[in-house]
Amino acid sequence: MSGRGLDQAVRGLLGSDEPELDCDGCFAVLDRYVELELAGAPADDLVPGLRAHFAGCPACAEEHESLRALLELESVA
Amino acid sequence: MAGPDTNPDVSVLAAAPALEEWHLDLRAQGARREAAVGRLHALLLRAARFEVFRRRSSLPELSAAELDELAQDAAGDAAVSVLRRLDDFRGESSFRTWAYKFALLEAAVKVRRRAWRGREVTLEPDRWASLPHNGAGPETGAEDAALLAAIREGIETALTPRQRQVLVAVVLRGVPIDVLAERLGSNRNALYKVLHDARRRLRAHVAAAGYAETR
Repeated sequence: MSGRGLDQAVRGLLGSDEPELDCDGCFAVLDRYVELELAGAPADDLVPGLRAHFAGCPACAEEHESLRALLELESVA
Repeated sequence: MAGPDTNPDVSVLAAAPALEEWHLDLRAQGARREAAVGRLHALLLRAARFEVFRRRSSLPELSAAELDELAQDAAGDAAVSVLRRLDDFRGESSFRTWAYKFALLEAAVKVRRRAWRGREVTLEPDRWASLPHNGAGPETGAEDAALLAAIREGIETALTPRQRQVLVAVVLRGVPIDVLAERLGSNRNALYKVLHDARRRLRAHVAAAGYAETR
């Protein structure tokens, strides 16, 4: 395991102390969060706990990336 | 003069896309609702296809038609969820964005589960034992090796069997949480809470072993 891989494994195992939403809480605010992000607003301040959740939950992080990518695509279409 | 309309026809507003008021017709009756549901389904299908296309590399065995079928299924399930949860929409985002997240979730879950169909999900409790040995390669320093040993000990002694099972499967085996939830008869949120508690216990164990801040 490389140093970077080791870091990722340790982070995945230990998570962080930062307050975070759970998956249901994440889903409830994801739409607002992404629109704030795309508007250049301080989304992490306005919707706290989501960034920490993305760090700990790959599935929710993927869906965040997808929603953002879809809206970005449509904004340029 | 007609009296107040408690269920106003807002179809004229649909001509102004920025207002996105067409979704109000999802609460109407008859043809208006039918038209709105059709519009909703088209919107959800667009998002579901987007998601399936993004993740198609994880399903190399599926044809284009099969991938589209997956997207259609996701859009259908998302439509049911959206219609059931219309009261949850508070206008804090556009309706389109709010609805999209349902389709993306359904599509992502279906893709993950399809990709893992037929694959074994290893849940034997002793499989985590490989962690410190995997990590202790030539480039792994003594401090990292000691940290890994503390983590290994924490997994063994500080976690419940359920916490150990979920942590090892999701973090060390890379099993998607939705796939694990399906195999264990649970759901994503419940398993994430187990994972969160496992991490908290593990952090406490590692901190007690002298590793206050690890990475």
